[in-house]
Amino acid sequence: MTQMLLTGPREELFSDDLREQMDKWIAKYPEGQAQSAVIPCLHILQDANGGWLSRGIMDALADYLDIPAISVYEVATFYTMFELEPVGKHKISLCTNISCMLCGSEKIMNHLQNRLNIKPGETTEDGLFTLKEVECLGACVGAPMMLLDRDYHEYLTPEKIDDILDGLSS
Amino acid sequence: MVNIEIDGIPLKVDPTKMIIQAADEAGIDIPRFCYHKKLSIAANCRMCLVEVDKARKPLPACSTPVSDGMKVFTDSKIAVNAQRSVMEFLLINHPLDCPICDQGGECELQDLSMGYGEGISRFTERKRAVKDKDIGPLVQTDMTRCIHCTRCLRFGQEIAGIKELGATGRGEHMEIGTYVEHSLVSELSGNIIDLCPVGALTSKPFRYKARAWEMQARPSIAPHDAVGSNIELHIRNNDVMRVVPRDNEDVNESWLSDRDRFSYLGLNSEARLSEPMIKVDNQWQVVDWQTALEKTVDGLKGVINKFGAEEVAGLISPTATLEEAYLFQKWLRGLGIENIDHRLRQQDFADSDIDDSLNDWQLADIEDSDAIVLLGSNIRSEQPIIAHRIRQASLAGATVSSINLFKRDLLMPVDRQIAVNSKQMVQSLAGIAKALLAAARQDAGDWLDLLPERSPSAFEHNVALQLSNAMNATLFVGDLINHQPQASILRALARLVAELSDSRLVILPATNSNAHKLAATLPVDKGLNARQSWERALRGYVMMGLDPMLDTAQPTVVRDALRRASFVVSISSFDNDWVRQYANVILPMACFAETSGTFIGIDKRPQQFAGAVAPRGDSRPGWKILRVLGNVSKLKGFDYISSQDVVDEIESPLRETKKKSEARFIPDSLELDSDLMLISEVPMYNTDSLLRHSEALQQTPESRHNGFARINSKEAEQRGLDPQHEVVISQDDRQVTVPLEIDDDIADGCIYLAAATPISAQLGSLFSQVQVRQAGAS
Repeated sequence: MTQMLLTGPREELFSDDLREQMDKWIAKYPEGQAQSAVIPCLHILQDANGGWLSRGIMDALADYLDIPAISVYEVATFYTMFELEPVGKHKISLCTNISCMLCGSEKIMNHLQNRLNIKPGETTEDGLFTLKEVECLGACVGAPMMLLDRDYHEYLTPEKIDDILDGLSS
Repeated sequence: MVNIEIDGIPLKVDPTKMIIQAADEAGIDIPRFCYHKKLSIAANCRMCLVEVDKARKPLPACSTPVSDGMKVFTDSKIAVNAQRSVMEFLLINHPLDCPICDQGGECELQDLSMGYGEGISRFTERKRAVKDKDIGPLVQTDMTRCIHCTRCLRFGQEIAGIKELGATGRGEHMEIGTYVEHSLVSELSGNIIDLCPVGALTSKPFRYKARAWEMQARPSIAPHDAVGSNIELHIRNNDVMRVVPRDNEDVNESWLSDRDRFSYLGLNSEARLSEPMIKVDNQWQVVDWQTALEKTVDGLKGVINKFGAEEVAGLISPTATLEEAYLFQKWLRGLGIENIDHRLRQQDFADSDIDDSLNDWQLADIEDSDAIVLLGSNIRSEQPIIAHRIRQASLAGATVSSINLFKRDLLMPVDRQIAVNSKQMVQSLAGIAKALLAAARQDAGDWLDLLPERSPSAFEHNVALQLSNAMNATLFVGDLINHQPQASILRALARLVAELSDSRLVILPATNSNAHKLAATLPVDKGLNARQSWERALRGYVMMGLDPMLDTAQPTVVRDALRRASFVVSISSFDNDWVRQYANVILPMACFAETSGTFIGIDKRPQQFAGAVAPRGDSRPGWKILRVLGNVSKLKGFDYISSQDVVDEIESPLRETKKKSEARFIPDSLELDSDLMLISEVPMYNTDSLLRHSEALQQTPESRHNGFARINSKEAEQRGLDPQHEVVISQDDRQVTVPLEIDDDIADGCIYLAAATPISAQLGSLFSQVQVRQAGAS
């Protein structure tokens, strides 16, 4: 997790590295339109903060982009890929929309719940996994599917889930 | 112009208009929730769907531009079916709690569901419930009722300039709120109550107080700033239940400041006076009017006979109506008293002969300005509606600069803003004048010896350029200059800058003071001004509508003067300890909403209003009290039957409008004397007694810090002040002990302590030199 500075003058917020990453995005939009960069900035900050966004981070981003804090909250609460509470080391996002459901996502969900002993929205006690039920991720052709951290896994079966999760280094 | 047809009615319409705007102008009703004429178009409620000829499906009237030959049907089968379907969706999650909802009876959703809703709901699933938010003492939330029209969001962003409310979450989970719970800080926040088409945002002080159909609406004028916002008083059983704005594009458009909206709460304060009283052997006795009036006149005549009329002064609040002001001075002048003034917070009268008034200038003209410079004005709290107009100008491209004793977020694009103390402010203005002179290749004329040798700073150059490049520049001079002991120097420089840059100069007046100028409640030819009247400690005082310690510039001077006086009359709506201590007669006066009168705002627009409720108890309208005082004093010409008679009498001499005086004022020097200056801003909700008695306004975040002194960290360090502990602010032999806050927006050499509070009332004079030390230290 990167150490971040969340209060103070704008030019010292976060860290040198994070500011550099965010400035690249901000530069893609016309001057005064920094608000447009709010989604990529939230991703950068979430990744740097172990997968979730604290209120302090959102407030600091609002200062950094010079937009009202509520404008950051609106975006962060709208998209399911932003986490507003701490999450496990690995985030499993299982699609349960129509195509995946028809192809058996319910069975996958039951298997995940039994294996991890958690319900959707919860994190395992050891802090390794967070399970989420999500809307369509646009991979219906390989239904049922899930997003594990940054990778799509398709044509899921309980056995395949076990293989994938067993194969994770930790 | 294009030709369109709505419901078969041919119309010629401006092609930039949307269908709903064309329909509104033609008086054709299209149902809507999210559309509002003053806000951007969101098109998210879909209630305004209409059928358009040749369109495949119904179109939203609010976001479909008109085009030539367009045929619109607002109540065809297709349109009505679409509207009914939208209504069914809107009602899915809306609770059926109309019987306990404050909006009931004046609810747009309720009204439209009568027209478009089904009697029976097909929705058998669970309705969602949303937790209410606490957004402060003024606005009540019932968020389950929200239909997500987003008018309140758009208002915050577009009109108030501060986006405090947002839509968090998504789909079924979307909620309107602040996300992090806090009180709204906008001074216009109450407008979201009017904007909300359902009962999600309602007035907190009005909650469960009355039903829309039980109340009668009476037009009136708000008396708390120089705008004179048009309002409607909603009355039930002789009580003002609430105040809402009345549309007037020339004055307040559709908006109302929170100050004007919630001041009515002070009307029912316990501190209201309801019976005439006289002091006998140091005891207050309730008496009938006749006794009180006779005692008033006898007492005054006694002082006049013994010491002369020049030993008596009459001071009147600038919130008083034109009629009250006129009769006040007519009565006193009839008795030979010439010491009359309404400029109670003014300390410097050196430039009183200068006529800064503007003719042919409207509030709406502010929005045409392309350059605006605010001098010593916390415009958002002094004149919220003017701040809104300036904001609109700024959004339309006007450049805005502010030179003040402290910085404040103006909630608009501001080009430059500095916080300077008075000495530096003189220097800045002189520098701007020099830069303007250099650019125009003019010499300084009478000002030659006064302006500094040095060349102007970059900031001063920039402001000079801003003004000289503009076609229509406006300078506003606010209370934070006007209340200063050496305000005339700053005003003279502001006049010079305005003259050199060909800008309009607006000296922001106190509430109804334009009416008071007309009525001549100020010394004419002879007589003492307000400051002299107090400082010279006269024998008799007549005070009308004021709290002598909170509405004046030198509280302790006033107290000493009143203590020494032999006869003091207070005509007032509110009781207070100081008056009880020093007055001999107290005459209870009707308050705002209880009296008829005339208000003349900053744009000189005379606005008349009638009394809407009967005065409290045995109190009487001010003009009637003065009329009878005239009669009891056996003066001629006090036989008015209505307040209109008074206006008629004033108007005849006023018709011949005075030619603007050519007087000039050039100060002797630009030297100011102050080391650590007190910034005595009158807080937004403390400007008059009515506001000070409005509990809801006193609970706002705006009022919460009135008891704190504020100083910047540099000054605190230099003076060894620790914000953890209280400090002692002293002036001559008077001192107050207050908690300290560090605020780096305060200028160097200044300490901020709100005026018009019981704390500031213990100090000798506002805006003057003070010493400060840590409490406990010597």
